[in-house]
This record gives sequence, C-alpha cells and structure tokens, in this order.
Amino acid sequence: MTALLTISVLVLVAIAIWQMTKIFEFSQLKAKTANSEVASTEDNKNNGYLMFAFLVFIYLLTIFCFWKYSKFLLPEAASEHGSEYDSLMLWSFVIIFIVQFITQALLHYFAFKYRGEEGKKALFYADNDRLEFIWTIIPVIVLAGLIIWGLYTWTNIMDINEEDDPLIVELYAQQFNWTARYGGDDNVLGDANVRMIDINRANVLGLDESDPNAADDIIVKELHLPVGRKINFKMRSQDVLHSAYMPHFRAQMNCVPGMITEFSFTPNTTTAEMRQNPEVIEKVARTNAIRAERAAAGEPNSEPWEFDYILLCNKICGKSHYNMQMKIIVESEEEFQAWMDSQTTFAETVSSAE
Amino acid sequence: MSAHAPAIADDHAHDDHVHHHKETFVTKYIFSQDHKMISKQYLITGLIMGFIGIAMSLLFRMQLAWPGESFPVFEALLGKWAPEGVMDADIYLALVTIHGTIMVFFVLTAGLSGTFSNLLIPLQIGARDMASGFLNMLSYWMFFTSSVVMVISLFVEAGPAAAGWTIYPPLSALPMAQPGSGMGMTLWLVSMAIFIASSLLGSLNYIVTVINLRTKGMSMTRLPLTIWAFFVTAVIGVISFPVLLSAALLLIMDRSFGTSFFLSDIFIQGEVLHYQGGSPVLFEHLFWFLGHPEVYIVILPAMGIVSEVMSVNARKPIFGYRAMIASILAIAFLSTIVWGHHMFISGMNPFLGSVFTFTTLLIAIPSAVKAFNWITTLWKGNLQLNPGMLFSIGMVSTFITGGLTGIILGDSTLDINVHDTYFVVAHFHLVMGISALYGLFAGVYHWFPKMFQGRMMNKNLGFVHFWVTAVGSYGVFFPMHFVGMAGVPRRYYQNTAFPMFDELVDIQVLMTVFALITAAAQLVFAYNFVRSIFYGKRGPQNPWKATTLEWTAPQEHIHGNWPGAIPEVHRWCYDYSKTYDNGEYILPGQDFVPQDVPLQEGEEELQH
Repeated sequence: MTALLTISVLVLVAIAIWQMTKIFEFSQLKAKTANSEVASTEDNKNNGYLMFAFLVFIYLLTIFCFWKYSKFLLPEAASEHGSEYDSLMLWSFVIIFIVQFITQALLHYFAFKYRGEEGKKALFYADNDRLEFIWTIIPVIVLAGLIIWGLYTWTNIMDINEEDDPLIVELYAQQFNWTARYGGDDNVLGDANVRMIDINRANVLGLDESDPNAADDIIVKELHLPVGRKINFKMRSQDVLHSAYMPHFRAQMNCVPGMITEFSFTPNTTTAEMRQNPEVIEKVARTNAIRAERAAAGEPNSEPWEFDYILLCNKICGKSHYNMQMKIIVESEEEFQAWMDSQTTFAETVSSAE
Repeated sequence: MSAHAPAIADDHAHDDHVHHHKETFVTKYIFSQDHKMISKQYLITGLIMGFIGIAMSLLFRMQLAWPGESFPVFEALLGKWAPEGVMDADIYLALVTIHGTIMVFFVLTAGLSGTFSNLLIPLQIGARDMASGFLNMLSYWMFFTSSVVMVISLFVEAGPAAAGWTIYPPLSALPMAQPGSGMGMTLWLVSMAIFIASSLLGSLNYIVTVINLRTKGMSMTRLPLTIWAFFVTAVIGVISFPVLLSAALLLIMDRSFGTSFFLSDIFIQGEVLHYQGGSPVLFEHLFWFLGHPEVYIVILPAMGIVSEVMSVNARKPIFGYRAMIASILAIAFLSTIVWGHHMFISGMNPFLGSVFTFTTLLIAIPSAVKAFNWITTLWKGNLQLNPGMLFSIGMVSTFITGGLTGIILGDSTLDINVHDTYFVVAHFHLVMGISALYGLFAGVYHWFPKMFQGRMMNKNLGFVHFWVTAVGSYGVFFPMHFVGMAGVPRRYYQNTAFPMFDELVDIQVLMTVFALITAAAQLVFAYNFVRSIFYGKRGPQNPWKATTLEWTAPQEHIHGNWPGAIPEVHRWCYDYSKTYDNGEYILPGQDFVPQDVPLQEGEEELQH
C-alpha cells in the first residue's frame, strides 16, 4: 500500500515536471520578445493558470488530509479541563480555516486574474486608510476574544491548590525512564534531594530517610490514578531536562533538575471506559491490523496492542529519548486503593535492602 | 571609505581607474572590501551550507519514514554512525541539531540577510560602498570561519553537538549525558561565538550605512522596503545577539570551569555532580531572548525582498507603504518581548505565561496587515510572473498558512498539548523556514543580473524549480500538522516504541517522498545558478523595469558603483503605473518612473 502510494506520487510528479517543461518550451517557441529571460505574456498566462491550479491543490490537500488523517488525532480528552481545551482548540481552528480559505483564495485568484498582458495597465493604488483600518481592527477583535478565553482557561488550569483533597503524586524523570511516588497514607511526600540517593540502600529517588513523611511513601513504575479525584503532580528530574507529556489528558510540564515543577488535573475517564470509546476501538483495530501484517512477515514489534494512557518524555534528553515512557492506568477509587495497598512502602524497601 | 557625501564621491569617481589596476586576484575575489563581492561570498557560502543542511534533513526524514531500515547511503555518509546502514540514535539527534543550526543561522541569517543587505543597501540608497569596507570584509571572513568550525565539528570522534539547536543544558553541558556534548558541543559553541561576532560587525555596518550614507533626496520615507527591513533586522540583531553570546559564554564556563549558572542537583551515571544553585530555566530565558527575535531576523529580510519584488512585478506601488514600515517596526518591537511563549511549560511562573500570550497574539496584528497589503498589491495589477514573483506569491501563501497556526501555539492554554510536537515543527518550517527560503529565492532570481554583470537565470528552469518546490513544501509540512495533533513528539529517533503511533507511518512516508522530490528540485536551482553565472543570457541594464537606484548602476561591477556622480533621488521608489489625470503615464511609453527622475510638470507627488 505504502509502496504503491509512493510510486504513484513519484509517477505523477514526473509527469507534472515533464508536462511543465513541455509547456514552457512551447511557450518559448512562441515568445516574440527579444529578451527571453523575462516572463512573456505567454509565461504569465501559463503561470497564472498554474496559480489557480495551485489554489485547487491547497484545498484538495486540506480535504485529503482531513479525510485520511483526522481519525489519527487524539481521542476526546480524559480530564476535566480537557473538554475546555478541546473546545478552545476547535474554535481556534474554525477561525484559522475561515481565514486560510479566504486569504489563499484571494491571493491565488488575484495572481491568476491579474496575470500580465502586453499593453495592460495596472492601477496605481497606493493606499486606502479605511481598508487598512478594517483589516487591522478585525484581527484585533478576533484576537482579543481568543486571548481572553485562552487566558481564562490558562489561569484555571495553572491554579494549583490544595482544595478538594488532591492526591499528591511525584513524577521523577531520569535518563531514560519514569518513576512515580505517592505520599502514602498521609498523602505527604517526604523530602528528597539527589544528594541523598543511595543505590545500595535502594534509595533511588534520594528520599530523606530521617523525614517521617518519607517512610510511608510508595515508589512505583506504573502510574495509577483514581478517576474523578484531583491529582497534583510534582515533577523532578535527576539529570537533564525532561518533559512529562500526557497527551490524552491535555497535560504537559517540563521536569527541571534543581527545581520542582507542578501540574494538576482531574482524570474523568477510566482506562476501561476509554477502551470502549468507539474512536479508540477503531484505532486499536486499525493498529492491530498493521501489527498482524508485521507478525505475518515475521517482523519484530508485532504483538497485538491494547489501548492504555501513556506518559511520554517530550524534551530531548539523549539517546533513548524516543523510548522514555510510563503506562498510566485510570481506575475506580476502590481499584486504586486495592492496588495501593498491595505496594511496599519506602521504609519496607529500605529495610529489606539492609 | 571616502564616500561620505556626493561632493567627495565625485572626486572619488576619478580614482576608480587607479583602483582597478591595483587590484590583484586576492584583493578582488578573496579579501575583497567591495560590498558586491562580499554579498556574492555570503550567498555562495550560504548556499553550500544550505546544501549540507537540506541533505541532513533528507537523511533523518528517511529514518522517520522507514525506521531501522538499512540504506547504503547512510553507511556511505555516516560511516561508523550507521553500522550496516542502519542509522544510530545518537547521530539522528546530531543530524536534527546541526540541520537546525545550519538552516537558521548559516543559511537564513547569514545567507539571506548577509547577501542582500550587502548587495542592496549601498546600491539602493545610493552609496559608493558600506560605511566600513574593512569591517564588512572582516564580518564575512568571521562568518566563513564559523562555518568551517561548524563543518569540522561534524567529524569529531564522539560526534557533533546533539542536544537540539536550542542546546538546553544540562544535556548540552554534560558529556556523560550524551556523547555529542563533548568536543562536538565545544566546537558548536566556538563556532556560534564567532558567528555572533560576525553578525554584530555586519549589523553595525548596515545600521551606520543606512543612517549616514543615503544619497541626496533619499529620505527615510523614500527608502525601498528592502532597506527598511534590512535596517530593522540589523537593529534587532544588535539588541539580541549579545544575549546569546552571554548565554554561550556562561555555558562554556559551566562546561569547562565548574561554575553553576545553569546546573543544579544533578545525579548522573551513579554519581552526584558538584553543581548547585543554577537554573536551566535561566538558560532558556537567555536563549530565547535571542531565539525569538532571531526568527524575525530571518523573516523580515524575506518580507522586505517580497515587498519589493512583488511591487516591481505587479507594476503597482506596494499597497500601504507607511503601514508596511509601521508593521516592520511593530513586529521588531514586539519580537523582543515575546520570547516566553517558547517556555509556557518550562516551569516558569504561569502568570508570566499570561503576559507572553498577550504580547504574542498582538504580533499577529502587524503580520496580518502585511499579508493583506501584499494581497491588495496584486489586485488590479499587471502581474509579470517571473520566477522571483512566483516565489514572492508563494512566500505570502506559506507565511499565511504557517502563521495562522501560530495563533494556536502562542496561546498558552493550547500550547500545553502541542508543545514540542510535530505541530510546532510544521508551524515554524512553513512560517519561517520555507517562507524565508522563498524570500531568498525571490531575491536571487530578481537580483542575479545585478550580482553577475547582467547575466540572468534561465526562467523556464526557474518555473520548474518554483512549482515543484511549492507543491513539495506543502506536501511535506501540511500533513505534518496532523502528526503533531496525534501527539507525536519531535526529536524522536523512531516512533516504534508507541503502538499508538503505528498508523502514522503512512504520513511519514508521504512527507519523506515529498521531501526527496522537493530537494531534487533544488538541484535544478543549483544547476541553473551555476550555469547562469557563466553562460546566462545578458539582459538589459534594467531587466525588470524597476525604479530603484541599483538598476541605474552599470552592469559591470566597478568600485564605487556609479562611474560618475551618485544619482540624486526625487521621488519614492514605487512610482509604477503612475498616470496623470488624463490616464497617460508620467513618462510617455513607460509604466515606471525611476527614483532619479525629477518630478514632471503637472505631476503631483503623492504623500504615501
């Protein structure tokens, strides 16, 4: 399929180039002007028509991309602020496409309509204050609307507070993996610093062993979140910059060595519910068809896939940047508690290492 | 230089004869102080660097479309970095890094602004040469040195710099974080420090020349928009490049002398490093204080060139000349206070994010004004669709398409989920990469006769070059938005580690095929360029029937530009298709009035 697509594109381009060279050669034969490197009326005509064709090309490309690729986009947001994000995105795109549609049409249509001809007279039209005022004020109004809406949403998303009993989770980044830490029974994270890392004592996150809050902390390699409860994330990095990117939740924050960064969201769709989302079901089916093909060809990376939320690293961090990930599981409060109870606390880990 | 005023310049003109005899091969072609020769040196160096940069992009695009596949070309070009023809992950990051560095700084800053500022500033304002020919020569040779150092860095043992073109520490500061952060990064920093010095020397020269050496009658409001753009570009360069130099110096200190400007609390490869108290976010601030104005340093000259080429070929004055100047100034001013939009999710205070969202979206207003003014310039014109004109129209098209997605990225809320994804890559390639390249091509096709003694580039090859490039660039970068919206991060060596990205491989293949075709079209340009230097047809002195002063200078390059007195300017530079009230052209039988033609009887000088 891919090979066919490639070949057909190549062939079409070759034909286009061949045809264009012919057109231009042909136009050159007819050119009467002495100076042949300056566009003749014939050149203007050909290029004018091509300008119009190019406008059609842009529209067709846009339609093609939407028809073929819009199903690849992320499914609906799985967090509470995500729906607000998605509607702001939608409206921004509506505005963008209206402007794109009109301006490209004017630009290319004018290039076609007013193509040069021998003896034609251009209009000396140097300015018009009213026109310029209109197209200054329209962007001002539209952008003002977008700015206000955007800033309102931004302020809400970034207002990280302790209201509504949020679950505190630390996301800890290092080359090239993620670790999560929960506050345990007291929901308070123990103090930590990379200078206190002691690999021999299994203290990989540099927790302060003398801090009582640290004893019940739970350190895991898979992020579990209870649905419907606000999560306050505290991000740390031990080596270089990383970025905790959780696209399904419309959430991202850099992890910076030497400081603690924060992000907060409330997941509102469990992993099980998301797997039942029709879009996701289709996506999984398409993906598994590709993977089945690979399996048949005996290629690696071909096991069937089941949808999961994922945490990706989204700031260049070195050789294995492309494979720095952690699975996220959103589940009911009871499932979450059951999972939490089965984990070992920091104090238990350290004492068993001794 | 002795060209301070027309009075002195007259005397100087008689000296030309003497100068010609004294010139040796070295002073004429190598250590030349003549702005026309220096501009050609900039252009050719820039094009060679561009060739390297684009070739790199093809290599990593092939890796993205066919991940882990073995290609003989990888083995041939990358050697030990592609064992058995399979690209290594470290070299992938290095290719991405050096591609970005070369294209942004060496091609689109030095190659574009260096070439055309040097060529056009003296010729269009009516000066014998730059204010300081010697500094100008120095500026080029420092640029050349920095290019050589950058190319040498590709061959060091542990590989070239690979921390991304933004070289964020700690990744760029710690050789144990990635091999490219050793000698490769040192050379990168040395190269960039020399580059910044070169850029400053050039910019100061441009500013002084535009302010002091304009010919009689050439007021600021009669300057072509090219000169306005180059002038303002030079000013923002002088304001922002020193900040990058300081960032680079502090990073050198952190790397080599144990300071902690940007580093703190680091545990890597089993040990704690001594760094304490620094902040990587500080580096981001310093970097983007240059980095954002930099994208306007890249695009403003392209905008200036497009305005000029479009007006000449539309046979119409540029619409809203003063609004165009005002928007250049507004963009320049705003460009220095929007850098934080690269850092919404860097850990910076969210309130700052709000401020930067506000200033960033403001910058859309002057940009929109420019786009509308270009479109209106085409309206009711008599468009001469020369290759330069096609690239100008193409530039407006890609600038709009790429610029509109800036509304998404400049909005701190929407940035959260598309930050550092392919959406960003698509956005900036269209709005500054492709657009600025189109500006460069428009300039080369348009002023080639001025650079190479009246020889012109072949127009048919130019048409083929434009149309393939126009289709190809949209083919590469339009679908790329969808990859970003699907959540694919940039700078991933391959996307195979995430099954959710499996079905996107088709788009990657499509983009890579378009990229290969588009790059092949650039070979048509390269052939046309080289062939035309030697065999191009000579056109008339003023082939495009333009009003500006450069076309009043003879085709042969002479030291001092004009053999006699410097022309005096009597009008603005956009008197195309100007008529008397009765509909007759001002000069009978010709639809343009050169700037050195005095006002005719009964002609009104319109205040634009």
